[in-house]
Amino acid sequence: MRYLPKSPADREAMLKTIGLRTVDELFAPIPAEYRLSRDLKIPRQMAESEIVDYFRQRSRENGEGYTSFLGAGAYSHYRPVIIDSLISRGEFLTAYTPYQAEISQGTLQSIFEFQTMICELTGMEVANASMYDGSTAAAEAVMMAVRLTGRRSVVVARSLHPEYREVLATYATHQGMPLSVAGFGADGRADLAELERAISPETACVLIQSPNFFGTIEDVTAIAEIAHKNGAMLVVSIAEAVSLGIVQPPREADVIAMEAQSFGVPLGFGGPHCGVIATREKYVRQMPGRLVGQTVDKQGRRGFVLTLATREQHIRREKATSNICTNQALVALMVNIFMTVYGKVGLKELAKQNLAKTTYAAGQFAKHGKVLFAGAPRFNEFVLETSEDPYAINDRLLGHKLVGGFPLKKFYPELGNAALWCCTELTTRSAIDTAVGLVAESERSVQSSTEETDVEELAR
Amino acid sequence: MKHETRKATRHVNQNEDLIFEKSSPGKAAWKLPPLDVPEVDSAKLLGASERKDLGNMPEVSEIEIIRHFTRMSTWNYAIDLGMYPLGSCTMKYNPRVNEAVARVEGIANGHPYQPEKISQGALQILKTLSECLIEITGMDAITLQPAAGAHGEMTGLLMVRAYHHSQGRPRKKVLIPDSAHGTNPATAAMVDYAVENLKSDSRGMVDISALESQMSEDVAALMLTNPNTLGVFEQEIHKIADILHAKGGLLYMDGANMNALVGKVRPGDFGVDVMHLNLHKTFSTPHGGGGPGSGPVAIKKKLEPFLPTPVLVSKSDGTLGFEYNRPQSVGRVRAFYGNFGMFVRALAYIQANGPDGLRQTTEDAVLNANYIRKGLEGTYDLPYSTPTMHEVVFSDKVQAKKGVRTMDIAKRLIDYGFHPYTTAFPLIVPGALMIEPTESESKEEMDFFIEAMKSIAEEVEEDPQIVIGAPHSTRVSRLDETAAARKPVLRWKAPGR
Repeated sequence: MRYLPKSPADREAMLKTIGLRTVDELFAPIPAEYRLSRDLKIPRQMAESEIVDYFRQRSRENGEGYTSFLGAGAYSHYRPVIIDSLISRGEFLTAYTPYQAEISQGTLQSIFEFQTMICELTGMEVANASMYDGSTAAAEAVMMAVRLTGRRSVVVARSLHPEYREVLATYATHQGMPLSVAGFGADGRADLAELERAISPETACVLIQSPNFFGTIEDVTAIAEIAHKNGAMLVVSIAEAVSLGIVQPPREADVIAMEAQSFGVPLGFGGPHCGVIATREKYVRQMPGRLVGQTVDKQGRRGFVLTLATREQHIRREKATSNICTNQALVALMVNIFMTVYGKVGLKELAKQNLAKTTYAAGQFAKHGKVLFAGAPRFNEFVLETSEDPYAINDRLLGHKLVGGFPLKKFYPELGNAALWCCTELTTRSAIDTAVGLVAESERSVQSSTEETDVEELAR
Repeated sequence: MKHETRKATRHVNQNEDLIFEKSSPGKAAWKLPPLDVPEVDSAKLLGASERKDLGNMPEVSEIEIIRHFTRMSTWNYAIDLGMYPLGSCTMKYNPRVNEAVARVEGIANGHPYQPEKISQGALQILKTLSECLIEITGMDAITLQPAAGAHGEMTGLLMVRAYHHSQGRPRKKVLIPDSAHGTNPATAAMVDYAVENLKSDSRGMVDISALESQMSEDVAALMLTNPNTLGVFEQEIHKIADILHAKGGLLYMDGANMNALVGKVRPGDFGVDVMHLNLHKTFSTPHGGGGPGSGPVAIKKKLEPFLPTPVLVSKSDGTLGFEYNRPQSVGRVRAFYGNFGMFVRALAYIQANGPDGLRQTTEDAVLNANYIRKGLEGTYDLPYSTPTMHEVVFSDKVQAKKGVRTMDIAKRLIDYGFHPYTTAFPLIVPGALMIEPTESESKEEMDFFIEAMKSIAEEVEEDPQIVIGAPHSTRVSRLDETAAARKPVLRWKAPGR
């Protein structure tokens, strides 16, 4: 076996040193009736070339070569080449959690820079070293608000990513935390009056997403005012991190729960991605997850350590702020490198291109289908309503190697034939034009069949 | 250095400031293609929501970024450099083919919402890995969704809770041995169970009579790590399972130490009802400085209705798809389907090993731990003489007489070119030295390690200060953690801000 660095003679010699004759004696503590006396029924040992072939084959069956208009919480952005060059260094890839600070300064300093950049971008004062993903970060942020306010219920905007809402429901239900949902208005944004009505003296926080699931930018200032007036905290989820280059961060929020996948992390069929929580300094002791802090060593040299560990499970056990242990460190490093590459000016220009592509696409589609929620500003997604079922349209798009927008009826039956389309800097004008052409064709054929029906009806 | 080591030599490495300290306006590492659609006026489109300034985000060139991260990387220890004997962490070799196949286009760039008909490759990977893990654990079904071990614990306990609920008897507490990982009690608390401590006996195993007296119809489950954190296999596992099952409780196994069992014994065969695996431990996906992990949860048939949504199913037309309509499900535990990239790596690892390779891997892991135990017995105190599986736990009892504690010895190991072992855990061993070599270490590397540990023990006798002041060879030494926690500096600030 090519990963095992021992010859039969080594094993022999080691057994002899231990004072055993066979390796089976090492397993004597396991009651004989439970020991497996056969081979596991799994695929046989494969050569490296066979493994590569196997996954290339699976890749060909997995959307290889398609241009996609999907966003909805997972975004396709260009990943600078140096991200993989750098994260592939064994010193980053094959290191453990940096508990031993003296030989982990590389990881620690990079996390400190990550925390700093997340603060700069979100307008918050502190950020943690990462969470599993945006959905669990949002759920953990809500639980943080529950601890901070001593209140137990939560108001969630229906314009929050539906899967994030489901995850929160799982976390909350089993802790007996009541959830209420506030709908959205004609502009696709949280309905402020409904939101206010949903808040009670037991509401720990209001959870919204901005840009929201429909790509629309919420009125965070107004929502914060409503929440704070009622003694509740405001938690804002950000699923499309690139928006931070051109959209005001939700500075009025008390906690921001972010998904940073857009910053250099592959879509990877949904994971691993990179959640982060950012908040105010005064709330840091209730924040879950690892934190890196700056300090000095015994000779006064600057260095970095994991800190405030008394919040964490390995110290506090059942009294910890969360059970989180392993986070998404290597993915956070991708995010870190991406933020460093684009930096102060690049992130803004990148976000602008996203905005331009989406504005163009929404304008073109609006000539044929109906673009909903046009009354509010949006970033890189928009909702397109068609006469035909979007699943049927998407089937036709597949034939042109295009993946159309995400049909919304699964989560929002009231939106009927609407789908959520996304354009990023990688979406070409020609792909947009092709998709627009196909949607236009669909509209024309529905219309002409309706006309035919009308004519038939008249003839009767 | 008092005792020379053959393992390592001192070597100059580069200093490097924070990236913000290297930034200056006008430097850039990015270039966007020309826009192929009309420019837009963002102020007009976004109104008050438009952001004008990105604060102190850095401005640097590409070569500076390469050097910045490369220099920092050289300050890290890593498996690629040498033995990383952290107990309970299973720091094994991370095969590079795993990384290569995870980056193949359709696998790296698949969108979670792309139509199922063009997702069959990814779904096939999920299915094949699921089948392998079910066979390896001897369980009946699995969910791959949890993002890490602790997340798997939560998912597992939620299923336990849902199961008891369906039986019409919700229960109140979870039993957890005193040797358990901190995540176990933290998880139980998170899903609103009371935690009851279960003590270990003189052999370091579950105290059967204590379990018998504590077991009641209020107990939902026992969370057991097997082999436990002492590296000891619970020999009376069948009795433990029987005691729980007799009163309707479930046996949860924390699979953190599964590297001692793969191909040799299956938890499903010894009475486990629900367990999680750590793909980043047993199945070689890289730790990456603290993640990403992946914590699949394998279960027995009776828990299947409660699996989190969505569940992977084979459809009547022979294709694979997700089922969302599961009325008894505990719900969704994260967005999308789990840390798919880790599934790809774990499957590549299983394929590279096959049944024979996985068995040999387990045998080598146990052989290595026993070899280290033999090598250091007599030099370090062995608090439990029970047979060792994949890891061995010593204590600093002998060295403590000279004022040297486990953390000092651990820090001194750094000077000898090794990563420290796990210190001060499990809690049932005062001053623990918890050593897990994994199968990835050669006899030669372990001989270096044993030599280093013996040399440190001699130093403790001759000149304890050299150990207490260690490490002496690193960029920084004994950072002030108290100051870091008292007045936390958690981000860089521009001078004058």
